[in-house]
Amino acid sequence: MSEALDVRSLHVRRGPREVLRGVTFRVARGRLVALMGLSGSGKSTLLRAVAALEPFDAGEIRVGDVRLTPGVRRVPGPDPLRREVGMVFQFHHLFEHLTALDNVCLAPRHVRHRTPDEARAQALALLTQLGVGHRASARPRDLSGGEAQRVAIARALAMEPSLLLLDEPTASLDPARRRALGESLAELAASGRALLVTSHDDDFVRDFASEVLILADGEIVEAGAPRAVLDTPRHAATRALLAAQDR
Amino acid sequence: MTRRLPRGSSSLWRRVAGGRVGLRVVAAVAGVLAAVRADAQPLPLKWAGDSEGGAPYVEADPRDPARVTGLDVEIAELIAGELGRRAQFVQVAFTSLDQSAARGDFDLALDGIEDTPARRASLAVTVPYYEFREVLTVRAADAARFRSLADLRGRRVATLGGTTAYELLLTAEREHGVAAVSYDDDVHPYEDLLNGRVDAVLLDNVIAERSMRRMPGLATQPDAVAIGHYVGILGPAQTQLRDRIDGILRAAMTDGRLEAILRRWLVWNDDQPRLYARIVQAAVPAPPTAAAPRASGWAMARQYFPWLLAAAAMTLVLSCLSMALAVCLGAAIAIGRVYGSHLVRGLLTAYVEIVRGTPILLQLFVIYYGLASVVRLPAFVAALIGLGLNYAAYESEIYRGALLAVPRGQLDAARVLGLSAWQTLRLVRAPQALRFALAPTTNDFVAMLKDSSLVSVLTVMELTKQTQIFATNLGSWVLPGALCAALYLAMSLPLAHLARRLEARWKAPEAA
Repeated sequence: MSEALDVRSLHVRRGPREVLRGVTFRVARGRLVALMGLSGSGKSTLLRAVAALEPFDAGEIRVGDVRLTPGVRRVPGPDPLRREVGMVFQFHHLFEHLTALDNVCLAPRHVRHRTPDEARAQALALLTQLGVGHRASARPRDLSGGEAQRVAIARALAMEPSLLLLDEPTASLDPARRRALGESLAELAASGRALLVTSHDDDFVRDFASEVLILADGEIVEAGAPRAVLDTPRHAATRALLAAQDR
Repeated sequence: MTRRLPRGSSSLWRRVAGGRVGLRVVAAVAGVLAAVRADAQPLPLKWAGDSEGGAPYVEADPRDPARVTGLDVEIAELIAGELGRRAQFVQVAFTSLDQSAARGDFDLALDGIEDTPARRASLAVTVPYYEFREVLTVRAADAARFRSLADLRGRRVATLGGTTAYELLLTAEREHGVAAVSYDDDVHPYEDLLNGRVDAVLLDNVIAERSMRRMPGLATQPDAVAIGHYVGILGPAQTQLRDRIDGILRAAMTDGRLEAILRRWLVWNDDQPRLYARIVQAAVPAPPTAAAPRASGWAMARQYFPWLLAAAAMTLVLSCLSMALAVCLGAAIAIGRVYGSHLVRGLLTAYVEIVRGTPILLQLFVIYYGLASVVRLPAFVAALIGLGLNYAAYESEIYRGALLAVPRGQLDAARVLGLSAWQTLRLVRAPQALRFALAPTTNDFVAMLKDSSLVSVLTVMELTKQTQIFATNLGSWVLPGALCAALYLAMSLPLAHLARRLEARWKAPEAA
């Protein structure tokens, strides 16, 4: 029951190309697992498969008590999976026509059927907790990259998922904000959630992840404690990844 | 035989010849041209009519649709023959004959054209060649109760727009409380009389008799509501040619050639010899007095302005309702084409392509006249449905494009949050698509205001039609056209302004 995510020999094929070739890993509650790999290694595909945005071809994904089966496209709408998994996209995808507050309230109101007042109070609390309470009435286009990201995290957390997926959350942040984000995410993990985060940033992973997975050519080539893996890389792909970071 | 020079060539000649440079060259060229001209055939007599109006005036020859036959065709040929010229037919829409004559598009128009004060004031008009009676035609069953316009209080009475009969009906509207209905042609009034859309038709006895022959079940009251005359019309400057034609017509009245033509087309009666006797004695009968004596343009504008306003209100109401229908239906079609099954998408695509690929005028005719045997829609409803269905096809393309323009990521985000497809559409996709669709939709609304003028073919009295009637009475398009344009602009400019404001508000949400 402590496993929030259990992925077993996951295969994803896109046309002739095998994007994921038998990926197996787990994320336990309370852990922040970082997923690293060069562009095209399959990180985003993995997150999208776990969020059931894209079907997979073989293997098994378990999110909490929900089991995803290969080749099945889940129907949009009320679904136990949606209570278990939240996602923060790299480009946030905040609803452009709604204020920050309404972005956070939308799903609790219409999917969880909270009253407007309940949803609003919860959303304001989340935005405040993440440091963007003062931006509640702003539209997405008027938010900075860091603010938009926090609103997107609040929107995902408002559905109280046990597993939170974040795609490249550090990509557009300066070092100070990266640190603040890391601390927020570590806090979320400490409060009992499972986090799976893709990142290119090895310093961020060293400082905040409880575990790192190195993905190369659709396979996990190395896994373990961040400092152990990143300070003494054994696999060529890991070395290539770190070399790419240094440039 | 005088050669007719194209209009304006004499002034051009003066300008060129008046210049000092090249005077000799010009003179030499002119000499050659004159020599060539002298050998050439005389120019044909271009005469105009509308073959859509049909027998007995001008109709396409059933045996050879490239040719026309009719009493006016024979009179035109008679005149051309006497002038030593060949008659050449020019097809001009009946309602445009006056303007076209004033422009000089042809020499003469003959097509059962009524003698009116407006025509006498703005055009050169021949002596009358036929006397007709304005008669009231009703359904045979109503012959005993609808004997005159006074019996038709509260009833719809139809006629051809822009005619003396229409003026008579407008007078009867005030005096007897009948409702005048204007048609663009003289066949559909009788069809609509038979199928109950109107209760009487007021038109020339020639047309009434023709319709009674074609459609059983009609009865024409014997008493004439008014007397009128058919004349030929020419451009206002063509008085010389007009006088020659008058001479030819008088001669044909005396020697029986005109009678022979009218007898051949079964319209000869005892009224004609009396008319001819007066004409030959050079007494031209006064035009009918049903139309008020021609007032000045401004006085008529004052008189017509309330009617134009009422017509503008009709245009606005019709456009708003049709646009509402088009937007709702268009949105439904767009959603069906984006979310529907293969079958639904196929059917909706077919609908859009058929509607976009055929003329709206044809669609309006089918809905109003074509479906009359199945469902007899009132003109306004038919117009509303016709415009709405047509515009729905165009709106649906805008909305489909707008839905597809909402970024994929927005839909992914909605999906991860657990929104259903319908919730995603309602709460995320449609509101965002609306912003893409707003400007083109407003654009289409402005277009609708103007396209709504097409429904005058269904007897809806909207702004353009009312302007046309005004212009026909006034004998000029300048003032009515300017008033009409001002009214259209008064409706469309605020809309454009509103659209810009809405767009600006949605683009800069901070201001809201």
